[in-house]
Amino acid sequence: MTSTTHHETQIAADPDVPLVRITREFDAPPEKVYRAHVDPDLVAQWMGPRSTRMRIDQWDARTGGSYRYVASDENGEYGFHGCFHELRPNELIVQTFTFDGMPDGVALEKLVLEDIGNGRTRLTATSLVDSFEGRDGFVASGMDVGVNEGYEKLDDLLARG
Amino acid sequence: MAADPLSRVFSALADPTRRDIVARLAVGDATVNELAAPYDVTVQAVSKHLKVLEDAGLVSRSREAQRRPVHLEANVFDLMTKWIERYRRQAEERYRRLDDVLRDMPDAPTSPREGNPS
Repeated sequence: MTSTTHHETQIAADPDVPLVRITREFDAPPEKVYRAHVDPDLVAQWMGPRSTRMRIDQWDARTGGSYRYVASDENGEYGFHGCFHELRPNELIVQTFTFDGMPDGVALEKLVLEDIGNGRTRLTATSLVDSFEGRDGFVASGMDVGVNEGYEKLDDLLARG
Repeated sequence: MAADPLSRVFSALADPTRRDIVARLAVGDATVNELAAPYDVTVQAVSKHLKVLEDAGLVSRSREAQRRPVHLEANVFDLMTKWIERYRRQAEERYRRLDDVLRDMPDAPTSPREGNPS
């Protein structure tokens, strides 16, 4: 709010591979940022989309473990699941991510934490999917209403040529 | 070539020369010759780049005018950046909640909850 240090999220959609990269800095050491990603009580406090409630059904944050959580709002429930592929405390989380509604689709997510000194951390999160269609759908998913309208609008614009 | 519209836009903008052309067209319409002038490439090569941008819907060329100036379809370009911006903002909201969680967190874990399904 009145904080002098402000670290807005940066995002890049890679043009060559279907990947989205997010970079963000935090005023907390890697140990805390890591813990906020693996402790289910903490995860439930921030990870779900705004205006949804988050219920964690399963959470085994170990290499080879898996997770499942359900976000719900007035329109219904949305389940997500995946596996923890590699966890290295305070440094790295590699996991898969699947929306229950699209069980064949999977994103490979890699989270890297970097100690940038003064008790601060730089987080770099990449999501890799198996097609550009999937990536662009991924960018569009979870957004507020109007996204599909946006797509239709673009289709129209492009169709008009 | 990628089939869906947004992917075509992304791949059209993957090339630095094409991004530069788009940046210059954002200032105003220009002919192929004008666009080719600052580059160490042939007009034909620039025409090829324009064809890719045209196929992606990012630029159009007037059929009537003799000079056939190239025009940036700014609304297509805006729409793409708008989507990415919304996605970014959503991530930023999430991370502001994480900021709050981190601020309230004790320095050491209160209980070894990791790997312990609730």
